[in-house]
Amino acid sequence: MWLLAVAKTTFHFDDLINGFWDITISGLVLGAIYALVALGYTLVYGVLRLINFAHSEVWMLGAFGSFAALWGFGVPTRLANGNDPTKTGLVLVGMLLACLLVSMLFSGIAAVVVETFAYRPLRRKKAPRLNFLIAAIGASFILAELVGINGAKHREEYTLQRIFEKKIVFHLFSGQVRLNQVIVLVVALGMMLGLSKFVSSTRTGRGIRAVAQDGETARLMGVNTDRIILITFIVGGMMAGAAAFFFEITYGVARFNTGFQIGVKSFTAAVLGGIGNIRGAYVGGILLGLIELYTSVIFADQKMGTVSAFVVLVLVLMFRPNGLLGESLSAARA
Amino acid sequence: MNKKLALRVGAAVLSLAFVASACSSDKKADDPNCGDIHIGFVGALTGANGALGTNMVHGAQIAIDEYNATQKSCKTKVSLIQKDSQGDPKVAPPLATALVDDKSVVGLIGPGFSGETKATMPTFEAAGLPMITPGATNAKLSTNGWKMFHRILANDDKQAPGIVSYLKTAGAKTVAVIDDASEYGKGLADSVRSGLGALKTADATIDPKASDFGAAVSAMKTANADYIFYGGYYAEAAKLVTQLRDAGVKSVFMSGDGSLDPAFITAAGKNGEGAILTATGAPSDVNPAFSASFKAKWATDPLLYSPEAYDCAKVFLAGLAAGKTTRADLAAFVSAYDAPGITKQIKFDATGEPAGSAVYSYVVKDGKLVSLGLIK
Repeated sequence: MWLLAVAKTTFHFDDLINGFWDITISGLVLGAIYALVALGYTLVYGVLRLINFAHSEVWMLGAFGSFAALWGFGVPTRLANGNDPTKTGLVLVGMLLACLLVSMLFSGIAAVVVETFAYRPLRRKKAPRLNFLIAAIGASFILAELVGINGAKHREEYTLQRIFEKKIVFHLFSGQVRLNQVIVLVVALGMMLGLSKFVSSTRTGRGIRAVAQDGETARLMGVNTDRIILITFIVGGMMAGAAAFFFEITYGVARFNTGFQIGVKSFTAAVLGGIGNIRGAYVGGILLGLIELYTSVIFADQKMGTVSAFVVLVLVLMFRPNGLLGESLSAARA
Repeated sequence: MNKKLALRVGAAVLSLAFVASACSSDKKADDPNCGDIHIGFVGALTGANGALGTNMVHGAQIAIDEYNATQKSCKTKVSLIQKDSQGDPKVAPPLATALVDDKSVVGLIGPGFSGETKATMPTFEAAGLPMITPGATNAKLSTNGWKMFHRILANDDKQAPGIVSYLKTAGAKTVAVIDDASEYGKGLADSVRSGLGALKTADATIDPKASDFGAAVSAMKTANADYIFYGGYYAEAAKLVTQLRDAGVKSVFMSGDGSLDPAFITAAGKNGEGAILTATGAPSDVNPAFSASFKAKWATDPLLYSPEAYDCAKVFLAGLAAGKTTRADLAAFVSAYDAPGITKQIKFDATGEPAGSAVYSYVVKDGKLVSLGLIK
């Protein structure tokens, strides 16, 4: 049956070749989103040796941050004449910035709530590792269902107001690069560089690395581990919030359970790059985005894109069990 | 069409929320003691899909009122005996038996849905009671050799040929087909694919759980086809058409009854403009005269399946007017029937399916669904 399906598969390499640059740009955008979400998994894993499964819902709440910002500005879904409420100039820049910041704020707060109410009490009681995992899954359900039950549209899909036209900014060979894609790629790159700098060169960053290397010793050396762990959650959450903003200006939809798909993919990206490794999260995210897009086009089936991404993951882990770049946050490099 | 889908289509066609009718408790509009002849009805009058059956009864009642107005003698007036199945295949069979046992019932409108039709058809078949369903669209219903089975609208499998016919008539030279890998979406898309043959120039399958359809969008951009047909439901259709337009894809977007929902228009906004959608149900405002009578009696515009039920009743009433007052005579009359109805030319083939095309197309224009009529 399975062999039959493989035998019947047709390959669409011509589609990949003809649309290569467009596909690459879409892949980079998706990859950048994965990479920023993967950071949250990797940072928390680095300091706590814990997969924070509630991170996908931290991301989801960030997505609703963008909605909240535009609702706050009173931007209608459609103008009376049916047009999109398009903004220009400084108003647009201000609104986008507000969306980004509110998304980061929402995710940051969500991450703090998860850490404070789900993980910290368990840490105090020196609970077994499995309890953290269950708490993570529980927190994930609670956050998703809170939105599903109490949200204005409950479990229905929300569509973000379109405040700008996705104009073509420039051409990359045969590919068209649009305004939203430029924003995502430029801002995401800036954030990645900024975060690397933060972890490698600041006092707090040194604290994060110290806790990652050996929490007990770090505490003995005067590092406030609880504070460092909280900051790690906040930073990871804010990155997820930024990713959620990028997702919203690109795809413009959200619902209570959208976090799951992005969460699974981003976690995969983190493992692919080497969980605990910040650069690994970047590399894993971008690679995953590209692999998914390329293979989806080749097989003309989006689910095959997901399958291929996991096949690549398995192959990489066979030869490099610690991921492409290995685990390095604890190895005191960032 | 499944029940949920049927509801959505109804809402789409009317752009109105269903209002549970205040008249649904009025089980027998006319005095049952007046007249010896009855037409039966089995369908959902209460429950989750109660609105649909009520729409049917209201449509049929208009035809019966028109008929009774022409009958001078009380004896020859016809009334409708309504049985509320709640649309449930487990509730319907005893109701069917009761109708069959009532020898004054010579014809049946309904059952409303496919499941209950499947469950009750053997009873009607054994009793030789001719039936015409205004809403059961499961394709397999007509493959059982049931002589009494008739339906007034196209079955689910007829939609794809209708779509292919639309595309060919519209002069499409290239068509790209996308599906959502669901039973409904892939089924419809695959039928369209095989119907199009060489006209189909590109394919893609999306994952409806994802929100990013970048790969399919890129493939469509490369394909640059005249039309893109999407087999799937409205939520993904709206996201897909938005992402296609964002990427500058100009192909005409087309989809089936799964996308025929006001939510598609709301979510897609300007990007949904010009989208072509198809359905097997007739637009509820298909006939102005019918709409006027309907509104006068029920104080609402006709709703989904009302025109179909009106046409069903018309067939039986024409038979009664021609003196076919036994089940056997009426059954023969229905099978040979060939006259214009308000939804289409009413004629049944040997299996009880409507003869000829019976798929309607709609276009999204200025944020509204506008009927383009029957696909030729």
